[in-house]
Amino acid sequence: MNTSAAGPPQGARAPSGGSAAHEVASVGAIPPAPPTGPVPWDKPYALAVLTDMLRIRRMEEKAAELYGEQKIRGFLHLYIGEEAVATGALRALAPQDNVVATYREHAHALLRGLSMDAIMAEMYGKQEGCSRGRGGSMHLFDRASRFYGGNAIVGGGLPLSAGLALADKLSGRAALTACFFGEGAVAEGAFHEAMNLAALWQLPVLFCCENNLYAMGTALARSEAQTDLCAKAASYGVATVRADGMDVVAVLAAMQQAARQVRQTGGPVFVELRTYRFRAHSMFDPELYRDKREVEDWKTRGPIHTFSARLKAQGSLSEPEFLALDAQAQAEVQQAVAFAEAGTWEPVADLLRDVTTPPGAPA
Amino acid sequence: MSRRVSYREAVREALREALRADPRVFLMGEDVGRYGGTYAVSKGLLDEFGPERIRDTPLSELGFVGAGIGAALGGMRPIVEVMTVNFSLLALDAIVNSAAMLRHMSGGQFSVPLVIRMATGAGRQVAAQHSNSFEGWYAHVPGLRVLAPATIEDARGMLSAALADPDPVLMFEHAQLYNSEGEIPEGAPPVVDICSARVRRAGTDVSLITHGGCLPKALRAAEELAAQGISAEVLDLRVLRPLDDATIMASVRRCRRAVVVDEAWRSGSLAAEVMARIMEQAFFDLDAPLARVCSEEVPIPYARHLEEAALPQVAKIVAAVQSLMGAAP
Repeated sequence: MNTSAAGPPQGARAPSGGSAAHEVASVGAIPPAPPTGPVPWDKPYALAVLTDMLRIRRMEEKAAELYGEQKIRGFLHLYIGEEAVATGALRALAPQDNVVATYREHAHALLRGLSMDAIMAEMYGKQEGCSRGRGGSMHLFDRASRFYGGNAIVGGGLPLSAGLALADKLSGRAALTACFFGEGAVAEGAFHEAMNLAALWQLPVLFCCENNLYAMGTALARSEAQTDLCAKAASYGVATVRADGMDVVAVLAAMQQAARQVRQTGGPVFVELRTYRFRAHSMFDPELYRDKREVEDWKTRGPIHTFSARLKAQGSLSEPEFLALDAQAQAEVQQAVAFAEAGTWEPVADLLRDVTTPPGAPA
Repeated sequence: MSRRVSYREAVREALREALRADPRVFLMGEDVGRYGGTYAVSKGLLDEFGPERIRDTPLSELGFVGAGIGAALGGMRPIVEVMTVNFSLLALDAIVNSAAMLRHMSGGQFSVPLVIRMATGAGRQVAAQHSNSFEGWYAHVPGLRVLAPATIEDARGMLSAALADPDPVLMFEHAQLYNSEGEIPEGAPPVVDICSARVRRAGTDVSLITHGGCLPKALRAAEELAAQGISAEVLDLRVLRPLDDATIMASVRRCRRAVVVDEAWRSGSLAAEVMARIMEQAFFDLDAPLARVCSEEVPIPYARHLEEAALPQVAKIVAAVQSLMGAAP
């Protein structure tokens, strides 16, 4: 394959809405120009970033395929197209930081350090999964890397992140809490309450709004009177940063700046990362709300191939090198699938475990 | 040696003790600091512990209960006060979808050692939106422990046990109880468990199974019944989830008749759950059908006479028992 072919696998697409889409919101209709320009990183770092994005992409393409095979069930929300956001954002964080994410969190979990094996096994529902198969795709958790889910109530993670940051502040720990949420969450009261608490109490929260323009099928302009999300955060006295979420260079720069500011001031910063989801909202979504053409237009801004093209243009990447990295990612996926396949089902006799904490267990 | 304290003072003493004992403990909620607590429970604590640990919140129940969950995940031992159970509905998502489920959906990785206290119940003419008893709803949810301290001893003793629990604990303090008084021992605070029901008055003819604000009413009803020659046992559930089936069944088997007294509405109530369990576990020990006294199925009215008519009252309990005794074989 070549660098532009990291597209959908055969046979695993949700049915298309075809030309039935109507009233397509203008907000997503015309993507800005693809990111260009030099990548200001040395080659090893640039290739590590590219590797991150390829690992996400290949893992999720496989997940879509496995969904088609009914190996993965329930809800599966893919991040394909949005890889630059998690990739840039997670690299701005430190090990002591907390991460709170949404139900579209495979990428964040992977880049936070969960093994692809544990993620894949979780999606299979096997007890070797990171949440013992109790959570599934939407509820990936990892205590070791301070990864607090995998929260599937839109906006639900926002107050939690304020509380995690409050705990750090009260304990005198130098850590921040990165909270990821989509632009749909901005309509929830939880967003506004958390924004106010974080600003009022000056809590070290890095609010990362992944604005992919659609809350399921509802375009931003169809659900918000004020579509300037930074203006909403700013109205609470929260500092804001906006970056092109299709450009991993821009995301990392914005996130590093924002993280630095949170660490220096101890207060919150809101980052809006404008991005686009190439796939359906979930595997049940027929995509009636947007035009296929719009999706294709946005794909010309795909974070992987545009980044790869820039690296090639400056001589930091050759096609064989790209293919080798991609093959490596695919091998990791194959291994993860093998691990999940070999995983075991938790005995039904254990059904009632982990509802409450057993005596003697670490709280 | 014992001393006489109010329920309010008992809760305050418990809070003070917890705050002194563990730097991870802090109290947050609406008007817990400068105002001194809506029911004056936290009065004076701000002066002793400062605004970081007696933390006034905006009117953001979802936000600050969610923040309490986050702080618990982050290693603190928060006590979140919600002004009334009606307002807790604004935080229902955080309590049910997050606090109760996080341990399970993380495969046992994250516990939520959070205590949420709130006032519950009617009887003060504060009308429909400040008078409900939704503790039974919370008792529906696996992952939560639900407590209803009804005595001074429990008001004083339950908090430290709740804080020692690694999982979320909800404490329902009936607003009518704050002014009640009772004796507790001098010196060391009473040690109570948060897993068992307790017989508050022994009897042999009928078991009155109740909790919270209905406990004093059930005890008065038992007095009246005694005067009529009926020996009523009064069982205080104390812990609404998990229910202490063994103690409930022991009381029912002893008395062979039972009336459940619950200030919640009857339909789908905790009373219904208790009765169903008795039917499952002690049906053949009964000498009469079970009965219950609950609130009438109407939003709690403002007018005093209508409010009184809507709630369980001593006379209603007495009448229910008399009717049961009449139905006895």
